[in-house]
Amino acid sequence: MTSHAEAAAHHHGPPIANQSSRVDARVLGMLLFIASETMLFGSFFTVYFFVRVANPDAPSTWPPPPYHFPVFVAGVNTAILVTSSFTMHWALQSIKRGNRPAFLAGMTLTFLMGLAFLLTQLVEYLHVGFNTSSGAFASVFFGLTGLHGAHVFVGLTLLGMVLVRGFRGHFSPQHHHGVELPGIYWHFVDVMWIVVYSAVYLL
Amino acid sequence: MESPFRSEAAAFRFLLITIGGFALIVVASLISAWLGFAVFLLLTVAAVGIYLRQRGERPPRQQVAHLSPPDEHRVLVVANETVGGEELMKEIGELALAGRTKFHVVCPALNSRLKTWTSDSDAAREAAQERLDTTLRRLSAVGIEATGEVGDLDPLVAIEDAIRIFHPDEIVISTHPVGKSNWLERGVVSAARERFDLDVTHVVVDLEAQARAQGSESAPADADPRGNP
Repeated sequence: MTSHAEAAAHHHGPPIANQSSRVDARVLGMLLFIASETMLFGSFFTVYFFVRVANPDAPSTWPPPPYHFPVFVAGVNTAILVTSSFTMHWALQSIKRGNRPAFLAGMTLTFLMGLAFLLTQLVEYLHVGFNTSSGAFASVFFGLTGLHGAHVFVGLTLLGMVLVRGFRGHFSPQHHHGVELPGIYWHFVDVMWIVVYSAVYLL
Repeated sequence: MESPFRSEAAAFRFLLITIGGFALIVVASLISAWLGFAVFLLLTVAAVGIYLRQRGERPPRQQVAHLSPPDEHRVLVVANETVGGEELMKEIGELALAGRTKFHVVCPALNSRLKTWTSDSDAAREAAQERLDTTLRRLSAVGIEATGEVGDLDPLVAIEDAIRIFHPDEIVISTHPVGKSNWLERGVVSAARERFDLDVTHVVVDLEAQARAQGSESAPADADPRGNP
């Protein structure tokens, strides 16, 4: 008799993983992580809508006078971040086709644009003209954009690791999972920024 | 519906859709706040509609590679509570006599939805393992060598998992009779026939009738241990 029990009896270390899912375990991990992140952003957006809509003392204009959001600079920053998603996609498609120079160029551009976005956001904070003690709207603004900025920082760390590994000759058309997962995360960060920018700056 | 973040390409597509959707909402809001809200509602309804439509689609029929030697027939047996049933044993016996046959028994670890959600599956897996071990011992006792494993609680997922490692030529699914079988109510047998490019044999095991028959056979002895009629 050859049963799972007998196999397990001779197995050392942690129990054998139950192969029940149709999704690759690493992709499943990334999905669960993104689901938790969506809930985290959801809680921040709840605060935003409360401050702006549900609150009886909500300001009639957003942001309340005399403050202004740097809509144009943030718009340029949005364009930079969206473009970085295109270069990320280009990089992954390139390594899938075995085009290493294009992959490295795509990853370098993605990293640099991500870095430019983060630095621009820091400069924006320094010149925005209000701080967290300026009212609930300011707390919401810094909370939402800061939370997103923290995610960009994490994304940049992942992209930096991919970049270093890429220049050291890692990844191939057969093995590019290490590029795929940071790519998923980077697009998620981009999606969240579209929501943040639309809700906070434009609407 | 498949997750929009299942792959980088899917996530990239989702990003483009998000940009398009939010561009519409923002432009509509600039015209009128209520129009922006209406566009938001419309897009939400459209997204829910697409989700429901995609959820209803059946997965494509899965081709199974026949990797067994030409003279070997591989049979995947899927059963849980009925795994030791006489009808199933009879079917396995007939298949074993038909030629060189290799068996792999899968017992899905049946569990309640709440316990599944809370990852409380140890007891279910232990119970399934016990049933599996008993069955493999019974088969071994009559000279039928078989392998086995505890599978996912969803029998179709358990079959898919087993197909990947066993590459069967035939699937035998054992269930309770109609009206008592949860798997039949969920259409597991018909779904397996639709999904997998394999012969699927359905064996109905009536454990109650089996217990009644065994009870009546041993009834005189049970009724009076002293052996009186």
